[in-house]
Amino acid sequence: MPKFISMQEAVKLIPCGSTVMFGGFMGCGSPHRFIDALSKTDVRDLVMICNDGGRTGGPLGEELYGTAKLIHNHQVRYLIASHVGMNPEVATQSMIDGSLKVTLLPMGSFVEMIRCGGAGLGGLVTPTGVGTVVEDNPFCLEKRWFKGKAYLVMEPLHADIAVIAGTKVDRAGNVWYKGTTSNFNIAMATAADLVIVEAEEVVEEGAIPPEDVRTPGILVDYVVEGGKY
Amino acid sequence: MDKAEIRRFIARRAAKELKDGDVVNLGIGLPTLVPLFLPEGIHVTLQAENGIVRSDIATEENSDPVHIIDAGGTPAVAALGGCYFDSATSFGLIRGGHVDATILGGLEVDEEGSLANWIIPGKKMPGMGGAMDLMVGAKHVILAMEHTVNGKPKILKKCTLPLTAVKCVHEIITEMCVFQVTPDGLLMTEINPELTVADVKAATEANFHVALNLKSMLA
Repeated sequence: MPKFISMQEAVKLIPCGSTVMFGGFMGCGSPHRFIDALSKTDVRDLVMICNDGGRTGGPLGEELYGTAKLIHNHQVRYLIASHVGMNPEVATQSMIDGSLKVTLLPMGSFVEMIRCGGAGLGGLVTPTGVGTVVEDNPFCLEKRWFKGKAYLVMEPLHADIAVIAGTKVDRAGNVWYKGTTSNFNIAMATAADLVIVEAEEVVEEGAIPPEDVRTPGILVDYVVEGGKY
Repeated sequence: MDKAEIRRFIARRAAKELKDGDVVNLGIGLPTLVPLFLPEGIHVTLQAENGIVRSDIATEENSDPVHIIDAGGTPAVAALGGCYFDSATSFGLIRGGHVDATILGGLEVDEEGSLANWIIPGKKMPGMGGAMDLMVGAKHVILAMEHTVNGKPKILKKCTLPLTAVKCVHEIITEMCVFQVTPDGLLMTEINPELTVADVKAATEANFHVALNLKSMLA
């Protein structure tokens, strides 16, 4: 069974220098309250695996939305992502200051590499990226031909900690996601040693019908109630 | 034509490529204008790579931008009969050939149908996002973009920027003409009736053939 903890306790689970996955797509489905709390700590040198670097200008007038706060505070040393164009600070820190290392992956490969990392698979074999600079990517293990067609073998992604966001989480840790918030959260919940879920709402067991559970509670180590966002 | 008119002209022509019932993924920018110009009786299903089928623009009543956006970050909603899903499922749909057409913008395209649209080294690095998967996986890849940038050709013999995908574009639609990408190179099948073939040649670095039955883009 997952442990239900406070936000203060939750952010203490992130050591400096750790590899952390954050769910969300341009901030939609990101653990906002956790990111807020983490941005107020001295945790530094994170390796962040997140689809993007968040964005400027959130839907409720947030100046920095999603993981953008952690980038802004220079808490991230290395970002593994797919699209960083909505947060100009990623380009500034990586191309001008040189303070942030960035590796970009095709979005479909990115999510599937995380899925491989959580599903016991040795790698992803995909036609995406053949003939492009993805072949020189540190996570591209080799190029192979199967039945005359070229594929790239991509390394699975795994993290020390995954921090995901659920709309409703029950006492057994089962998660239900509203709208498009499931995005990377579902794969990430499988691919880390420790999984923390920020719940908008904690509900009793049974309140989420079993067939509506998208992340099985057995994957979840800690639940922190963030409140409705 | 001013810039806005050019973009609408291209979107209007690109819309004619879509067939009734197609599952379509639209890139950000110009391609998002395409649904405005769908011919009467043509209905398509929009797929958004962040996890929507039947993606629709949210209204004031149903907008929930914290929980439901499209791939451009705009408040969205799954229309009646649509659904939401996670990113692995979404890219399975894309790579698996379940998307009939994608309409993308571009920085450079070449004679072989290779496209560059995700990075300008040292200047801009937005990232490839879903573009590489879409080009490899969608059954019909339509490039909808302005013919030149600051007067310089974007349709080249060989791309100079890092590629998004190799030999994946099927068709190029600009404000000047329509090119089909064939095994023999580019074939101009339609032209803006206000222009001559010489005008197009002057704005294009790539070599191209002209179809015997060259048509007007407005026909």
